[in-house]
Amino acid sequence: MTQNLFNKVYDQHVVGQLASGQDQIFVGRHLIHEVTSPQAFEMLRERGLKVMFPERTLATVDHIIPTDDQARPFVDLLAEQMMSAIEVNCAEFGVELLKLDDQRQGIVHVVGPEQGLTQPGITLVCGDSHTSTHGAFGNISLGIGTSQVAQVLATQTLAMKRLEVRRIEVNGTLASGVFAKDVALHIIRVLGVEGGVGYAYEYAGTVFDAMDMEERMTVCNMSIEGGARCGYVNPDETTVEYLRGRPLSPQGEEFERAAEWWLSLASGPDAEFDDVIKIDAADIEPTVTWGINPAQSVGVSKAIPAVSEFPEHEQVGVQEALEFMDIQAEAPIAGLKIDVAFIGSCTNSRISDLREAAAVAKGNQVADGVRALIVPGSQLVRQQAESEGLDKVFTEAGFEWRSAGCSMCLAMNPDKLQGREISASSSNRNFKGRQGSPTGRTLLMSPAMVAAAAVNGCVTDVRNMLG
Amino acid sequence: MSEVKQITGAGVPLFLDDIDTDRIIPARFLRCVSFDGLGEHAFEDDRKQDTNHPFDDERFANGKVLVSGRNFGCGSSREHAPQSLMRWGIQAVIAESFAEIFFGNCTGLGIPAVCADREELKKLAAAIEAQPDLEVTVDLEALQVRYGDTAISCTTTEEARSALVSGQWDFLGQLLAEQPAIRSTAASLPYLSNFA
Ligand code: SF4
Repeated sequence: MTQNLFNKVYDQHVVGQLASGQDQIFVGRHLIHEVTSPQAFEMLRERGLKVMFPERTLATVDHIIPTDDQARPFVDLLAEQMMSAIEVNCAEFGVELLKLDDQRQGIVHVVGPEQGLTQPGITLVCGDSHTSTHGAFGNISLGIGTSQVAQVLATQTLAMKRLEVRRIEVNGTLASGVFAKDVALHIIRVLGVEGGVGYAYEYAGTVFDAMDMEERMTVCNMSIEGGARCGYVNPDETTVEYLRGRPLSPQGEEFERAAEWWLSLASGPDAEFDDVIKIDAADIEPTVTWGINPAQSVGVSKAIPAVSEFPEHEQVGVQEALEFMDIQAEAPIAGLKIDVAFIGSCTNSRISDLREAAAVAKGNQVADGVRALIVPGSQLVRQQAESEGLDKVFTEAGFEWRSAGCSMCLAMNPDKLQGREISASSSNRNFKGRQGSPTGRTLLMSPAMVAAAAVNGCVTDVRNMLG
Repeated sequence: MSEVKQITGAGVPLFLDDIDTDRIIPARFLRCVSFDGLGEHAFEDDRKQDTNHPFDDERFANGKVLVSGRNFGCGSSREHAPQSLMRWGIQAVIAESFAEIFFGNCTGLGIPAVCADREELKKLAAAIEAQPDLEVTVDLEALQVRYGDTAISCTTTEEARSALVSGQWDFLGQLLAEQPAIRSTAASLPYLSNFA
């Protein structure tokens, strides 16, 4: 038996053990954004501390950014205050900040990989639960709280406990119209929203081998929705080729040495795991959530399950979800009317996501009464899409083409659901109130499925539109 | 840092599963640069939609010990969630289980988060409903929750328990003390030495 990737990387980063029994772990890369960092910098100020390795931290702004009128000061003065805070903090503590006038700006989990900052074998943290995204490169990437952000700024380390590792093997081939998002939603439904607590997820099998880096990021991104603090895919040639030539990747001969090290970290065929789960790709359909947590989902050809199909202890929660969503158990999910279509978020706002959505939108029109938004994950994604003419495809079809940011994923900026609106969304959370209206409702699905819902005005099986 | 061995106070029953951090503190209240003032917004949207929400119920206004169900605190990493509960007055949380980031955030704020058996939690929640001023004790040394004549066992991670009872739950000082070891670990990492 040999070590899996998680344990190899973990061991290399142990600084020592704390009195409580936790390990002190060195953090290779630290990403920060405007929402969870201001209090952390304040903690440093209160204690008179500096940032220990400022060059290991990169800051971006994403959560509160308006995606239409970005003139400063922002109309929302609280957002403006947060924007100024991160500018002042980064300047004072010597941390590089990607501002709005920097074309590298975007959602923190889109920017890191795009710049080549996210690499195999590192530890990476951010005050954001979807930091698990970066695990797509074969590393340990974790979300942390604000007190820990302060600790990482001041010491480049954090206190943690080794996680167990569950290998999730998905074998076979995904059918046409079935995307990485569907794989993620399927895994969460099978293992539950709490199934991953205490685990790092290793995603493997022929489905992951065949995925490109953006698809791997989509699945790793949603690890946290299944309770796992981190998830990863072993580095392979796909990983290496993605990183070649990126601005923050090693260059020249150093890149070749790096690639050799990266590939050596992958879990070998006899690697040891605490648990192994196998899933057949043929069982995965385009998937849509109907409830208020990401495990409450169903294949688009199916009906919403009856309450009695759930274990007894879940039935109260299922009833609560159905009431909040105002959805009937045992009714088909296809045909459910929507008011808003949102394509964006760190789960699905990369160029491949926009291409998939555009393929569905092309030549069609957003249905009457539906408000449809496309929010690229970064300014570079936006530029790439424009160079491919995708913006035209979308605007001609009646979608709004916005600037980069988190937008309606959590609606801290002006993009919000109103009242009881129901949204088809490519984001990651369907929690009550998540998209800005306390009573607003969210259906999670792949970007192609969102585009299909936008043009039909209701949940639609995208497989019928792809021909 | 003070030692956190026992918390005793009135309870607040909120026996639901999968309470996520967006519900504990909705995202619009994260538009702030300080945690001050978050207490009054704890569960704001749930409270508006459920006029019987325990956080609006006068009987539980002095509650210190929150009782909930499975997977409490799932979702976002926002420390604003335990901060808002703490500022509302919550000093300990007992639940069937916790999401990991939330659990870690609680420990880092000196808030014990302990797990107990579901059936026992139901009884505890019912007992608090019946007698809102009932004193509930979370005892980290004995790993017990006590109320009235009842004592039930509870669990937490040994690391969290030890950090809290020894008063070492603010890790910053401990981490800072290891500067030389931090530098030598950094120096040993291939990606910090040109992959040589
Ligand atoms: S896109 Fe959504 S989930 Fe991702 S970082 Fe932004 S708010 Fe969080």
